[in-house]
Amino acid sequence: MFFSMLSEAWHAMSANRLRTFLTMLGMVIGVGAVILMMAIGEGAQQSIKRSIDSMGSNLFVILSGSSSTSGSRSGSGNSSALNINDANAVGDLEDIAAIAPISTGNAQIIFSGNNWNTSIIGTSPTYFSIRGWNVDSGELFSDADIRSANRVALIGKTVAENLFGDDIDPIGKTIRIKKSPFMILGVLESKGQSFDGRDQDDTIIVPITTAQRKLFGNQIPGSVRMIMAQANSEKYMGVAEDAINDLIRQRHNIRENAESDFSVRNLTAMAKTASETAKTMSMLLGAIASISLLVGGIGIMNIMLVSVTERTREIGIRMAIGAREKDILLQFLLEACVISIVGCVIGVALGLGGALLVKKMIGAEILISMQSIVLAFSVAASVGVFFGYYPASKAAKLHPIEALRYQ
Amino acid sequence: MTKKVIEIQGLYKDYNTAAGVFPVLKDVNLTIDHGDYVAIMGPSGSGKSTFMNILGCLDRPTKGEYILDGHSVKSLSSNELAKLRNKTIGFVFQGFNLLARSTLVENVSLPLVYAEDQKELRTKIAKNILERMGLGNYFDSKPSQISGGQQQRVAIARALVNQPRIILADEPTGNLDSKTSDEIMKIFDELNQIGNTIIIVTHENDIADHASRQVRFLDGKIVEDRRNKKEKVEA
Ligand SMILES: Nc1ncnc2c1ncn2[C@@H]1O[C@H](COP(=O)(O)OP(=O)(O)OP(=O)(O)O)[C@@H](O)[C@H]1O
Ligand SMILES: [Mg+2]
Repeated sequence: MFFSMLSEAWHAMSANRLRTFLTMLGMVIGVGAVILMMAIGEGAQQSIKRSIDSMGSNLFVILSGSSSTSGSRSGSGNSSALNINDANAVGDLEDIAAIAPISTGNAQIIFSGNNWNTSIIGTSPTYFSIRGWNVDSGELFSDADIRSANRVALIGKTVAENLFGDDIDPIGKTIRIKKSPFMILGVLESKGQSFDGRDQDDTIIVPITTAQRKLFGNQIPGSVRMIMAQANSEKYMGVAEDAINDLIRQRHNIRENAESDFSVRNLTAMAKTASETAKTMSMLLGAIASISLLVGGIGIMNIMLVSVTERTREIGIRMAIGAREKDILLQFLLEACVISIVGCVIGVALGLGGALLVKKMIGAEILISMQSIVLAFSVAASVGVFFGYYPASKAAKLHPIEALRYQ
Repeated sequence: MTKKVIEIQGLYKDYNTAAGVFPVLKDVNLTIDHGDYVAIMGPSGSGKSTFMNILGCLDRPTKGEYILDGHSVKSLSSNELAKLRNKTIGFVFQGFNLLARSTLVENVSLPLVYAEDQKELRTKIAKNILERMGLGNYFDSKPSQISGGQQQRVAIARALVNQPRIILADEPTGNLDSKTSDEIMKIFDELNQIGNTIIIVTHENDIADHASRQVRFLDGKIVEDRRNKKEKVEA
């Protein structure tokens, strides 16, 4: 019974191909948009989550320069207000578990004719524990390397690939950074993108002392570009932030109402905000896309109403030979559902295709979850039932004689 | 041995039109026995079709009783009426009323779909009955591809497919020439001979002569009800 009704629905739809196609198109576009938007939104969420996970937990970054200029001036970090002693003092605070002083710069690196321009981070071994970063092969540098300012380096995956390719093992090789030779101790495991979109694997990490003396020679001795600090727990992040501010202001002799010459950023809070923003964005995208689903549903309802009117006589005939109200209801409901579900299948395919295209064209991360596909299907089926119900019940309630007399 | 199939008592039917209530049937009383062959006649607008629609459970009377097989139809739900239309009564329309998009086999098997028979069985029965109607070569044709007489045969085949005991035909030959009409009437005659109750509306005397009883409507009332003399066999 159900199967023969299904084939009837198919028949009725193929009797008016163009119209069926156009009606379906509404669903196709709606479902396609939802799938695409969810893929993009969830992709963005996932990439943010991954970079947050790669960042390390309960982190502060203390930068030189004032915070009131919202980082644009401090970003250059050239005021050199922070020094290694500030860093050690912060490390002695009660709520701070570990610190790492950081100096940064860019440099050209050469290995046997291969060139690569990348960022250089000079820091202490605590940096790796704070960030939860380890070597993929080789080993990390040690405090002894810091003390004697050894020319040793750890390289990120991206640097390793570009400088050495697949065939050469970088460990123990000597590269030239700003013309001075460095021995590679290890290759770092991959961290992927940071949440401001940089490739964290495109970097070289060297002992901070080596960096200051041999690479960034023009700096005031002992100055650091920034300090990374890790709080004991997330709960005391606020207390720790205040303590850092007070401590450094005191050390820098800044008067009561004067502006700080440094700024403290709570990376963990920023990351949280970013992930919440991404979540909101993806929900918003989904909501906007759902509107087109609604429009598709209205299109189905419209065409089903037309179809019921056109086929009034047919309905009368069916009733005259024994169709019950529920048979007629089911027939038209099924038609609406077939349109919306077939539309949905095409829409899912199109949405997935679109998502892959977006990934290819602009390199945005996309995530296609089974959930979003299941959701799209159940929404499409409900749209079919919801918007098909009224026309179908209108058909089922027709009076057989009046339907037969309809011209 | 004769048994009442249809009993109509004090039946009224009004139509509500823009101009007000319009009475069409006024106090109609009629009893039809099992196996009877009744011709209903009368001028246009006298209420014949209205009456047939009520007999066919397509419409409900405004007032009065319709007792089918000893049960009052009044109290039946629309589902139960649909079941009667499906199994007990076969209705043949003047305008054929076939589904234009469907093949002849599909048209004829449609009542079986609503009787929830299996597809193979449906097709077998429909083909069988179409063959008996002389339409063996047209199983997959559409109604528009065959003649009017053939279409009416299909409509009759559809009415018969569920083996109903009562066959109602509202001017089944109204659109056909006299030769084709004769062929169609032969089918009804045969159906009556195997025991079916047949009620047929017609304007033509020679069609009415096929029946064994003639009922004449005038202005919504039965004005004449007589038995035909059984001499038509030689005609
Ligand atoms: N649905 C309706 N609404 C209003 N009036 C109707 C309706 N159906 C029939 N009538 C009126 O009822 C009267 C009887 O109609 P009916 O069709 O029963 O006549 P009939 O005897 O079958 O005529 P004919 O021989 O032309 O078929 C007509 O005057 C018609 O206009
Ligand atoms: Mg009539």
